[in-house]
Amino acid sequence: MSSPTSTLSAAPRSGPGATAAKKAKVRPGGRRRTNGAAYIMLSPWILGTVGVLLLPLLYSLYLSFTQYDLLSQPHWVGLQNYREMFTADPRFVHSVWVTVQYVIASAPLKLLMALGVALLLAKPRRGQGLYRALFYLPSLLGTSVAIAIVWQGTFDVNGPFNQFLNLFGIKGGAWVSDPSTVRWVIVGLAMWQFGAPMVIFLAGLKQIPRELYEAAEVDGAGTWRRFWSITLPALSPVILFNLVVEMIGAFQAFTPAQLVGDGQGGPVDSTLFYTLYLYQKAFTEQQMGYAAAMAWVLILGLSVLTGLLFWSSRFWVHYGD
Amino acid sequence: MTANTLNPRRLDSSERPRSERRGLARLRPALWHVIVLVLLLFLLYPVLWMVGSSFKPTQAIISTLSPWPKHFAGSNYSTGWQGSAGTTFSTYFLNSVLISVGAVIGNLASCSVTAYAMARLEFRGRALVTGLAIGMLLMPKEVLLIPQYLLFHKLGWVDTDLPLIVPKFLAVDAFFVFLNLQFMRGLPRELDEAAALDGCGPFRTFRYILLPLIRPAMATTAIFTFIWTWNDYFSQLIYLNSPDKQTLPVGLRMFLDATSGSELGPMFAMATVSLAPLFALFVFFQRNLVQGIATTGFKG
Repeated sequence: MSSPTSTLSAAPRSGPGATAAKKAKVRPGGRRRTNGAAYIMLSPWILGTVGVLLLPLLYSLYLSFTQYDLLSQPHWVGLQNYREMFTADPRFVHSVWVTVQYVIASAPLKLLMALGVALLLAKPRRGQGLYRALFYLPSLLGTSVAIAIVWQGTFDVNGPFNQFLNLFGIKGGAWVSDPSTVRWVIVGLAMWQFGAPMVIFLAGLKQIPRELYEAAEVDGAGTWRRFWSITLPALSPVILFNLVVEMIGAFQAFTPAQLVGDGQGGPVDSTLFYTLYLYQKAFTEQQMGYAAAMAWVLILGLSVLTGLLFWSSRFWVHYGD
Repeated sequence: MTANTLNPRRLDSSERPRSERRGLARLRPALWHVIVLVLLLFLLYPVLWMVGSSFKPTQAIISTLSPWPKHFAGSNYSTGWQGSAGTTFSTYFLNSVLISVGAVIGNLASCSVTAYAMARLEFRGRALVTGLAIGMLLMPKEVLLIPQYLLFHKLGWVDTDLPLIVPKFLAVDAFFVFLNLQFMRGLPRELDEAAALDGCGPFRTFRYILLPLIRPAMATTAIFTFIWTWNDYFSQLIYLNSPDKQTLPVGLRMFLDATSGSELGPMFAMATVSLAPLFALFVFFQRNLVQGIATTGFKG
């Protein structure tokens, strides 16, 4: 790496190649057009965007109206996949319900954790940077298979979580194999990874003008009052952002459902998350058309929900002037 | 209580920055540290337990709360490393490294060049191209899952590393294109103009002027590409079938299935091994990591 060019003063160095001086055409505006070079540089992106993103997007829309098992040609069936989902597939409806419950529990709880820790870390204290990084560590590790396995062990009947409860004389259940609690174990794993929203909350807290707090204090507002009347409203745009990101992420949860549950959606379909069911349809049952239709339903649902969140924001999000 | 603490605080306020007194800041520093440390202990317990248990004999793992092993047994590592059904963790580890490094190189090369062209070059269709690139941020990966699988299936790439690496060289991770684009827009245009006066074409300007300056964006790109690829269970599960192609996440899962959870010691040892590179990244780049999130506001 030739480092001398890394500063402005060193940049206009005339090297042996500079004599070539292949200047681009100068347009009346003074700006140079460099069509050729630009298209060459963009060619990988164009190939990727058209070939790996846009065409597959269209193709998946087409597939969603077909039956396709990878072996024979796709067979056009119109809206049948979509109809079947909502009228003839109780597992699909169940998977929607499981996922919605998971999202409603995990996204707000995770944000609550993130906000709590962010408030705690918001002030300049020694070791703050290191603490912040350590609180972020679970987010770094949390999506891995290793942690999912360890998480399962932690909440085993005889695992450390129940051992800990034992210290207080509480007898814990078989959290992972009990269909009524396994989802909470997965919600816990999601909450555990609160690092990203925490860092964003911290950045948001820094933006709140100090004068607001000083004025409130002069007016005799207590800690809670200041939190409700200053911190929360000022943070509301950041809360909206985090809520949208976490909601979308939660709807797409796959690894925890596949690994903390038994991988098939059990026990008794209690971990049949949407993406897990989609995966089963596509790669276990080879129903590519049906799975493509499921993906489109997910995306349409997410768009509607995101739209609703943004619409609702006019009632609770305050943008500072 | 409040009456007692009122006065010292009033005194403090004259010499300390006032922000210190906001909200929970009233807590005394020592108490604050204790609270933070206790929270961290609970939070990081599963990780400590995993690392500690990887040195315990299997029967002592589930039933003990303390992460600290009474007798250190390194044998879990040698047992676990043998893997399952004849495939060792050397294979898994090597494959994971290969795919992750390939993805990092791909993203670094393609996203920086793409972002440069969009941020700095004048060409026909520029507005369309840049708008499209940003629009790709909203592209839902679930919808692409099946058609992309079919595409790579047609190309005969299933059960090779290609579907996991080649797209990275085509700048399909819109997020990193956007990151580099935004970073480059923040650099003064005079740099390019000076270089052009000196006879640098776009390629040399990119190579010698911009590339050295976008290192922070490149670092963020590299770190997060590595972490996400390293942990990416889903696509590796879909695209890799034969045992000798498997990566760590899939290998761990297969090990779990093969032993049906009976060999927890080796299991935890291999779980620790699979996270070791992430620990290392964390130790060396914790500042970049947290700043990367803070400045760009995306999930990690």
